Amino acid sequence: MLTGYAFLGLAYGILMQSAGFPFWYPALISLVVYAGSMQYAAVSLLGAAFDPAGAFFLTLMVNARHLFYGVSMLEPYRAAGKKTPYLVFAMSDETFSVNVSACPPEGVDRGWFMFWVSLLDQFYWVAASALGGLLGRVLTVSTKGIEFVMTALFVTIFTGQWMEDREHRPALVGLGASVLCLALFGAGNFILPAMALIVLLLLVMRPALDKMGAVR
Amino acid sequence: MTTAQSLITIGIIALGTVFTRFLPFWLFPKGKPGAAHRGISGKGAALCCDGPVGGVLFEGCAPAAAPYGPAGADRRGGDGGPACLEKNTLLSVGVGTVLYMLLVQLVFV
Repeated sequence: MLTGYAFLGLAYGILMQSAGFPFWYPALISLVVYAGSMQYAAVSLLGAAFDPAGAFFLTLMVNARHLFYGVSMLEPYRAAGKKTPYLVFAMSDETFSVNVSACPPEGVDRGWFMFWVSLLDQFYWVAASALGGLLGRVLTVSTKGIEFVMTALFVTIFTGQWMEDREHRPALVGLGASVLCLALFGAGNFILPAMALIVLLLLVMRPALDKMGAVR
Repeated sequence: MTTAQSLITIGIIALGTVFTRFLPFWLFPKGKPGAAHRGISGKGAALCCDGPVGGVLFEGCAPAAAPYGPAGADRRGGDGGPACLEKNTLLSVGVGTVLYMLLVQLVFV
């Protein structure tokens, strides 16, 4: 966990620094937003014209997967009592994947166990982002091209999902809709229409996809 | 974008993130579990106490299930011997980024 967060957090801090932000920006964003992929997407949002509604909808789209995490964690997180609000706030992909399968040793309270996992994870992330922001300034090697870390992350996630799943139609819908919207709306405006089109197509295809799932 | 505007944007992104994380807890009030909720949380519970497989997931591979969500985590558990993709993911991202940086700095100057 520490290695993963350290690497991606450092890269995020360096990326923010190279985009012209002081080190406390990545640290603050990691503290209050705490959603890796959205933070990467926000680098370009913060560099563009002020568009609060666009930022809100993009956040909902990029983070929609958290809805499914929340549904899985309703009972264990509620059982944690006063710690519940923080546990829900800090439910990043990585923290969710540890907590959903957390079997603490006997005598250890699961609520406290999940709380410390969440807190430590966020601490790693905030510290690495701040460090990246500071290092970016003193780094003597050129950081030109560091923004590729975001593309590399998304390509790796996509490839992983492709290899994991036998059903490739949803992935192909995503690719096709994105390419189509990129051609129609241009690089600056294609994300929202592409996401809307993907949701629409998946809703239309859902009966067929459900059938496939049932057969398997 | 001014500093104030960027801080407002950060606030909005934070709000949007909080919204997606808290929504299920508002939609399914305590004591009224919906069908969907029962189905998925059941899988999570099975994963938790699934002895050795749960252990393997917890020991090192749990983060690998992250991009796939609960269903992915469950599927990995069901496979019996989940492949540990976490290190590969990180390695791919790291090597890919360094390679790209070298290319844009040294080759395609």
